[in-house]
Amino acid sequence: MQEAGSVGIVETKYLTFAEPPNEMVLECGRPLGPITLAYETYGELNQAKDNAILIVHALSGDAHAAGYHHPGDKQPGWWDIMIGPGKAFDTRKYFVICCNVIGGCQGSTGPSSINPQTGRPYGLSFPIVTVRDWVNTQKVLIDHLGIEQLLCVAGGSSGGMQVLQWVVSYPDRVRLAIPIATTSKLSAQAIAFNEVGRQAIQSDPNWREGDYYGKMVPRRGLAIARMIGHITYLSERSMHQKFGRKLQDKTVYGYNFLTDFQVESYLRYKGDHFVKRFDANSYLYITKAMDYFDLTQAYGSLEEAFAGVQAKFLVISFSSDWLFPTYQSKEIVSALRRVDAYVIFTEIQTDYGHDAFLLESEQLSSLITNFLSHGWNQKA
Amino acid sequence: MGGGTEEVRLPDTGAVVRLTPEHKLIIGLIEEGARVMDLGCGEGDLLLALKVLKKVRAEGIELSDACVQACVAKGLFSVHHGDLDEGLADYPAKSIDYVISTNTIQVLHRPMILIREMARVGKRCIVSFPNFAHWLVRLQLFLKGRMPKTEKLPHEWYETLNIHLTTIVDFRDFCRKAGLKILRDIPLRTSSSGACTEVRFLPNLRADTAIFILAEAKLPAD
Repeated sequence: MQEAGSVGIVETKYLTFAEPPNEMVLECGRPLGPITLAYETYGELNQAKDNAILIVHALSGDAHAAGYHHPGDKQPGWWDIMIGPGKAFDTRKYFVICCNVIGGCQGSTGPSSINPQTGRPYGLSFPIVTVRDWVNTQKVLIDHLGIEQLLCVAGGSSGGMQVLQWVVSYPDRVRLAIPIATTSKLSAQAIAFNEVGRQAIQSDPNWREGDYYGKMVPRRGLAIARMIGHITYLSERSMHQKFGRKLQDKTVYGYNFLTDFQVESYLRYKGDHFVKRFDANSYLYITKAMDYFDLTQAYGSLEEAFAGVQAKFLVISFSSDWLFPTYQSKEIVSALRRVDAYVIFTEIQTDYGHDAFLLESEQLSSLITNFLSHGWNQKA
Repeated sequence: MGGGTEEVRLPDTGAVVRLTPEHKLIIGLIEEGARVMDLGCGEGDLLLALKVLKKVRAEGIELSDACVQACVAKGLFSVHHGDLDEGLADYPAKSIDYVISTNTIQVLHRPMILIREMARVGKRCIVSFPNFAHWLVRLQLFLKGRMPKTEKLPHEWYETLNIHLTTIVDFRDFCRKAGLKILRDIPLRTSSSGACTEVRFLPNLRADTAIFILAEAKLPAD
């Protein structure tokens, strides 16, 4: 086994485009511009520019996928276990790119950005964005970097939606696709959880129709949305294993409504922590983009959507994922097989639920490592 | 897998695969550039050999996730982690040149459904299975009154995955009932050295393994 390391200190870069009057028209029909994308890159783009991998992030992710922002930074990027020298996305071989989605709040244009026309944050005047809009903006970045064809696009959850949209929108620009724990259309259950999260935010008195910038932020609402989200990312079994009915800092029940159980304490911590780094309006926009994602509706059928795909696929699901269950990956695989695409499908046995794609996994990294290296060698 | 499995170094890539005598025989049956599907493809040894030696487009279906991992590590690009008892619904009729199933049909819950599916999807099917009428099997039952254990049937009755064992004669009936035409049958005898020879005299008694080449009996209209 190769020794796996860190990409070290990295810096977020920015690309601004679609300056008025050349705004980008979004899927909802409204123009947006200028658009800034925050992105990071790891490794070196080779001379032929054919070793580039685009990593696409999920709901709460950002451009910071690997490495550290400064010496002493304790928190590495969100997929640091997978990206780095000797890791699955091996930065000694590949040039890895990750950018923050528009509508987000981690450097790319979103509801908390200043609307140049008013000089104030967009808030709810920010147009609705979709997965297709995310991919179209990412394509501008890829063009800007001079990359004709990506070696691979990879991501989990709503990142996986972007992977699918990439191969559908730009079939000749992607050689390998790795959609993980994802779906071709968000299920009613997942939309329902998104809606509960949005309602929690919107019913926070501090939310004020999204116009809270510079004032008190709707932290309760956003924290509750995150708590609900976290429940859906775990499995019943993993929660049982992690917390059981263990009490937090006490040995007997408190007989009050303060924190008794560890699981309560954990969710509160996750909620409070999230509020420090995430914008409530972005949560609304990003979950809405996920809700709207439906390749079947957009292209008539899944086979129609995939009709022109050229990429080879590695589709992965997790046995205990009840938010994006395995059958949804199988639907993708089924349609890909019907259009004669090369597709590897595997369901990884795990208790960790939907979150499994973000966790250390020998199986996940070996699948990706081998798929990439054989895909890479095949061209050479 | 039983005796006779051999490590073979493939040309060009230098990859090493483990092939049984049946595998080697099957490789000889398949023409260059064919589209091949291996049901219960294991770690992908036969598929990789076919891909390298016969330039086939190789597809595999496998129930074990560890085996799927091994297939990906071999550089196979069409591998499906799934249950053969669920059928081959995603594949259109006659979309595959050879649908192969080696040493697998006897572990399925519904072999009739799968064999029909194989013949629907494949222009040709190649099926191999251990022959339960082999004399060594018969002797163990007849003389000792015990469940047979042989090179081809190495497991105890309580550990074996084989739930639908068959004989060459019974398999012929089975093919007829399934509406399949037997294009060729190759009864095989494995010697103690692992060499494999075709058995023409008293095959159901003397062959420990059989390979059948099958096709749908009546071709679909137009």
